[in-house]
Amino acid sequence: MRLRAGLLRQVPRVTVLLLTLPVLAGLAGTLIPAANPAALRALANWPGLEGAVRLSLVSGIASTLLALMLSLGLVAALLEHRSFGRVQALLSPLLSVPHAAAALGLAFLIAPSGWIARMLSPWATGWTTPPDLLILNDPMGLALIVGLTAKEMPFLLLMILAALPQVDANRRLTLAASLGYGRIAGFGLTVLPALYPLIRLPIYAVLAYAMTSVEMAMILGPSLPPGLSVQITQWMTDPSLAHRGTAAAAALLQLVLVIATLALWHGAERLIRRALRRQAARGRRAVPLDLLRRPLITLSVVLAAALFAGLAGLSLWSVAGLWPFPDLLPDWTLTTWTRVAPDLLTTTGTTLTLALLSTGAALGLVLSSLEAEHRYRLSPGAGAMALLYLPLIMPQVAFLPGLQIAALRLGAMEGVLAVASAHLIFVLPYVYLSLAAPYRAFDPRIALQATALGAGPARIFWTLRLPMLLSAVLTAAAVGVAVSVGQYLPSLLIGGGRVETLTTEAIALSSGGNRRIVGAYALLQMLLPALGFALAIGLPRLVFRHRRGMLPA
Amino acid sequence: MNRRDFGWLAIAALTIAGTAQAQTPGQTPGQTQAQTPAPTPTQTWAEVESAAKGQTVYFHAWGGDPKINDFIAWVGEQAQSRYGVSIEHVKLAATSDAVARVVAEQAAGQSEGGAVDLIWINGENFAAMKAEGLLHGPFATNLPNWPLVDVAGKPAVTTDFTLPTEGYESPWAMAQLVFEYDSVRVPAPPVSLTLLQDWIVAHPGRFTYPQPPDYLGTTFLKQVLYGVIADPAVLQTAVDEASYEATVAPLWTFLDTIHPALWRAARAFPANEPAMGQLLADAEIDIAFALNPGRASAEITAGTLADTTRTFVLDGGTIGNASFVAIPFNASHKEGALVVANLLLDPAVQARAQDPAVLGFQTVLNPAALSPEATAAFAALQLGVATLSPADLGPTLLEPHASWMTRISTDWITRYGVVQ
Repeated sequence: MRLRAGLLRQVPRVTVLLLTLPVLAGLAGTLIPAANPAALRALANWPGLEGAVRLSLVSGIASTLLALMLSLGLVAALLEHRSFGRVQALLSPLLSVPHAAAALGLAFLIAPSGWIARMLSPWATGWTTPPDLLILNDPMGLALIVGLTAKEMPFLLLMILAALPQVDANRRLTLAASLGYGRIAGFGLTVLPALYPLIRLPIYAVLAYAMTSVEMAMILGPSLPPGLSVQITQWMTDPSLAHRGTAAAAALLQLVLVIATLALWHGAERLIRRALRRQAARGRRAVPLDLLRRPLITLSVVLAAALFAGLAGLSLWSVAGLWPFPDLLPDWTLTTWTRVAPDLLTTTGTTLTLALLSTGAALGLVLSSLEAEHRYRLSPGAGAMALLYLPLIMPQVAFLPGLQIAALRLGAMEGVLAVASAHLIFVLPYVYLSLAAPYRAFDPRIALQATALGAGPARIFWTLRLPMLLSAVLTAAAVGVAVSVGQYLPSLLIGGGRVETLTTEAIALSSGGNRRIVGAYALLQMLLPALGFALAIGLPRLVFRHRRGMLPA
Repeated sequence: MNRRDFGWLAIAALTIAGTAQAQTPGQTPGQTQAQTPAPTPTQTWAEVESAAKGQTVYFHAWGGDPKINDFIAWVGEQAQSRYGVSIEHVKLAATSDAVARVVAEQAAGQSEGGAVDLIWINGENFAAMKAEGLLHGPFATNLPNWPLVDVAGKPAVTTDFTLPTEGYESPWAMAQLVFEYDSVRVPAPPVSLTLLQDWIVAHPGRFTYPQPPDYLGTTFLKQVLYGVIADPAVLQTAVDEASYEATVAPLWTFLDTIHPALWRAARAFPANEPAMGQLLADAEIDIAFALNPGRASAEITAGTLADTTRTFVLDGGTIGNASFVAIPFNASHKEGALVVANLLLDPAVQARAQDPAVLGFQTVLNPAALSPEATAAFAALQLGVATLSPADLGPTLLEPHASWMTRISTDWITRYGVVQ
């Protein structure tokens, strides 16, 4: 018993150690080539630098802000409402859509030759060929912002839903309403202050992701110049191998940008908190604010519907033969599916194995770390947090070569285990940040009661804490599975191309931008994580079918 | 020492001398030392085949085209049934992903047991790997099927972007730039550069090209360069700094003229060949181009492009090059890789690649060197509804020296890469 307790105490340290080597190796892989005057000069001389930096900042901040406002607005407007359960059920497939597929779907929807234009042509528009309109890849990055917002909103919503049970939102809202506050004002003044700290880490992850994402920016974003992340990828994959230094310097710049933006965001949080407090002291009921409910809901629904319609369009492409403009529907054929079918079973199996291995390991490490943290009153240092976050905010294409060289030096096996370990580096932070806040918000009085009744810490963990946090744990696991399924470069580079997953196949095939193939794979890629999320939402309902109070609102 | 040994050594010596010259100033001379010595020179082909039996060759090749993936799968079946070699196609989004893997293995000191056995490569990727000593060889000229290759008639099979291949890569397909158009929307295709320019200006928004440094986009720039400069012979040597600006000035004039009339007024460009192909299929543009004379026919057969699509070339010829396979210095299954490289030169395999219903890639073989059955197999191929006959394809222009590609795409980015 003593031995086991000693082990548990060490878990946070072991977790940090496990991450240290790969993260440092990846960091070294980025920083060493960047610390080269020629590379820095090449970056500074790139004429697109200013535009690329502006684009990364604007699209990252705007989309995160929009996604946050919409998801908070939706929760504020719909909490306690009957349709709330349905919103949740709709979310899961959206969440698991790969970014590239979501972007391609959206692109097909809104392009001048896209579905909306086809619906209206030629009878309403008179177009027999698509008009020459700059809708996608617009220099302002508006299409990109819409895409990122639509894709990140479901993730934030899910994070909010996982945290809500910890803040007793319904009773706070009832109290505010009984004092005559409007719904949105009541939410902002009573629920948000308790809720926000629980979702802060996921928001930071979304912000970092939006600033560094490559696939969405490549499909929807401008290219003259492209965002910094896209340009880094282009330099890194330049066939002459001559621009890897420039790529590394740009990756360093991106790292600095992300950190600065996170700091800025943190500063803004303080300002808003102060403003909210002043507002609360003033006691204004702000009922007219509730007029915003309808536009907020409408906008969220439109975005979600666009994502769904885009994905429906992509799915149609997977069974499409010729599909010329302005036909609304294609000629049908199963060619695409018969093409992808033969390898499907094995690649799906490999993908699932990797996801379960990495997510299982991450859950084990995170849960034991959090439990150790709680029992021994440890708190994670700033260094450990930075280590955890680095893999999320570093551009993978610059981060991975260092990791790969380290793996080869260690004589690391290729194969499934090595790739699963690489996935763990990216899965662990997401699992941690989905789980940490709900875990820490667990009402200590429950554990106190149990202790008073004679239960030991282990029993409290297994019979109280874990079951009561089931929803949050499963959500974290589903996020972990989705992250693992989505990994392309780690699977390819660490696996040496010998570990085939749905995503390595899909990305290689979609490098051709082939909508038919992308449509087929996107459906499959959605299926696995969607299963995970469906379990995350459905399982607690099954387990707690006789204890409705245990379910999230 | 028998004659074959001498051949290996001589080529190796030449190569080391060649790479030493080709080195860029930033490299340390020590890196040439890493060039692999000629592989097991005593091995006869029979020994290669018997060693290859049972091996699995990890073939790293771009996976963006389902037609090509199907073809590689078919080659894998052939290799299995004929030689007991299986092929695992590692589908890449970019060839440089595989190059990066080999670079990392070299950096980690892994000189054998590498992950990449065979790699589909050409141009800059090849130049980089050769200069860094990342390639196994020379091997190509020792393959049993090498005598069938049309070295005299298709100089691109031994000269990759003016860089002599010296046996470090083996060709498997010929490519040539052809323009694709919908014959319904474009009744009379513009068959010279001047006509093309006039057509673009007269039809705003109906033409574009992939954004450099994309491979195909840069090929278009080089094609224009061929048509507008006074003496195209300068393209066969490295860029001469003193005369560069004056030489390429007509190219920028040409682009300045057409850009306002391009798709999206040149404020956006498609990313690559497939993206541009999709624009043609969506009728967003009327004329596209590809580095494969058979692409349009193959797409029509696959039902993804309107059957009214046709192709044309420009007066004076269009740029052509070859696709190669190379073996990394630390490949785990070199014998298997050699067998596959040789199989790719097999007349039956080449004929299948040229079939417009399969790939529509032109063969690298010399028709005169083939057996009567092989000749018949090629003769039996349908040309494909949109493919030009060899006579109509016109002359092939050689790829300019790789430095031109680098230089003009860099300058393109400076001039047009940032919207004002």
